[in-house]
Amino acid sequence: MAGPISSAKVDYSAAMNLAPVAAGDWLVVAPVLISLVGGAVCLMTRKNTQAQPKLAMIFLALLVAANLGLLVRVLDKGVITMVMGGWLPPFGIAFTADALGATLSLVASIVAFCAGLYGAVTVDGTGRRYGYYPFLVLLMAGVCGAFLTGDIFNLYVWFEVLLIASFGLIILGNDRPQLDGAVKYGVLNLIGTNLFLIGTGMIYGVFGTLNMADIAAKISELDNAASGTLLTIGVLYFLAFAMKAAAFPVNFWLPASYHTPNIVVSAVFAGLLTKVGVYALIRIFVLIMPESRDYMADLIAVVAIATMITGVLGALAQTEVRRVFGYLVIAGIGSMLAGLAVGSNLAISGAIFYAVHSILVMTALYMAAGVMHRMGGSYDMRELGGLYGANPAFAGVFLILAFAVSGLPPFSGFWPKVMLVDAAMSDGRGWLAFAILLSGFLTTLAVGRVWIYAFWRGGPEGTPDGTAVAASGGTISIGSSALWLPIGILTAMIVYFGLQPEVMFDLSARGALGVIEPLGYVRSVFGDAP
Amino acid sequence: METGLAIVIGLFFAVSVYLMLSKQLVRMLLGIAILGNSVNMSIFLNGRLTREVPPVIPQGLLVPTEVTANPLPQALVLTAIVISFSFFAFLLVLAFRAYQEVGTDDVNEMRVAEPENDPLPPQGY
Repeated sequence: MAGPISSAKVDYSAAMNLAPVAAGDWLVVAPVLISLVGGAVCLMTRKNTQAQPKLAMIFLALLVAANLGLLVRVLDKGVITMVMGGWLPPFGIAFTADALGATLSLVASIVAFCAGLYGAVTVDGTGRRYGYYPFLVLLMAGVCGAFLTGDIFNLYVWFEVLLIASFGLIILGNDRPQLDGAVKYGVLNLIGTNLFLIGTGMIYGVFGTLNMADIAAKISELDNAASGTLLTIGVLYFLAFAMKAAAFPVNFWLPASYHTPNIVVSAVFAGLLTKVGVYALIRIFVLIMPESRDYMADLIAVVAIATMITGVLGALAQTEVRRVFGYLVIAGIGSMLAGLAVGSNLAISGAIFYAVHSILVMTALYMAAGVMHRMGGSYDMRELGGLYGANPAFAGVFLILAFAVSGLPPFSGFWPKVMLVDAAMSDGRGWLAFAILLSGFLTTLAVGRVWIYAFWRGGPEGTPDGTAVAASGGTISIGSSALWLPIGILTAMIVYFGLQPEVMFDLSARGALGVIEPLGYVRSVFGDAP
Repeated sequence: METGLAIVIGLFFAVSVYLMLSKQLVRMLLGIAILGNSVNMSIFLNGRLTREVPPVIPQGLLVPTEVTANPLPQALVLTAIVISFSFFAFLLVLAFRAYQEVGTDDVNEMRVAEPENDPLPPQGY
């Protein structure tokens, strides 16, 4: 097929970036690369249930290291972009890592590492053969890809990658409730991604590009005639990502499904999946379509209040510990949406900080529920009891997690709530601030009740006051370090961020500034010229 | 041409929403399949319909000589078709397994994960 064109005549530099990529910039694609290779290796060794967890843990540790390196480099050099195939943007698919994406990617990979450790105990040989570790590692490919991509259609693809991996995880075990929950989870999430895809098609129709930086640069030049179309796209995106993030009117898939799978799967889902939706909301509405956000601010505020209050009321009405936590995930999503509704620098920082806090604390709470189940033999508050007597140290850890999720000092939930309330008050949205505080108060009641019933009282329902019944203990040893280590890591981070919030203040402020002032983001993709 | 296709897409959306409002799981899944197709067509329409030549550059040239059809929406639609097809296949199997286990395909009666008469939490200490 040798054509008459000799390569010497063609000036590739008009369409390609010919300079070699700096060695450190490969870190932008490293998390996705490691997860995909790791997933493939785990899949090949899926019959070898002894070696597979160790292999998966190596890849998950590499993933944490790569994300850490990426975050350090982003903080050092600013936003980093790598374009696939070396094509000049917007023609090649760009991976753009900024402080927001890199921070969330790092925290998500730490949670996945903890889940890998925890799963070594709770996932049996059958679960491993049916692919717990391959799905977990591939899920991380989707999550990290979504956090790091700079292209909207690519974001859709990563959403699908994490969704298909989560399908594999949620049906692991094949119980009746699981299949029932998975149907609702699958159907509603698929409808959500289809809505996302409609909006993406319309974005392409309006701008002729799908690169986020390109759209962010072009949107201000758009004439008023297109503002109606933009608003349609904005509403579609809001509905789609609200569905993913489990915001109020479209969140019924979450309480229907999150308590059904293996407890470690619930922990990963509660930590990561909804937060990817929140991340997409921040990315789309603050970076790309700030005008749509301004226009929809009141709507987002109403949705945020409804999400917080209905979520926490749902938690109060449950007797199953996992379902209580499922509703608390929803209440947390409301707080992050409150930050998006206000939209100021402080509010977006608060939302980012809250997302990090929520990833850590929700995963840790579900993992703690798994330990409670092992000690007390049940997830039902009526049947639990006497766990304080069985293990006072664990009771203390649970109390820390309960305080953190309620937003009480000195733990990580306190600071983002302070930021969000402050931002809402200075924006004149007193009701929003009130709802944040009220949901925090009611959350304290919901988790406090779990602690009182499961830990503080002497035994299950019907035990006379003042007597203590020894917890049944379960058949498997709960002394396994693979159970305690992940909870310990997450709790240590929660306490650290509570006592030393400066680290997260700095990270979330840089993350927020990066999306509110998109100049750095656009320059990273297109260079300084335009 | 674009108006005509837009109307067809609208009909597809209407049919898919109607089917998804059904309480029979199989109908909902058919609605989702049609929803996926209507979304794909809307992406295709957003790339603008042209009756131009295929986007192939003649031999010996560096750029096409005339206006060609837009290849990007086709690439997007191809990606979306593959994804939605695999999801649809998964959901069909899942729905069948759920039907086997739960014994109904009426979503109002699929209450295994969230039982109707769930006990309230303890009211007092």
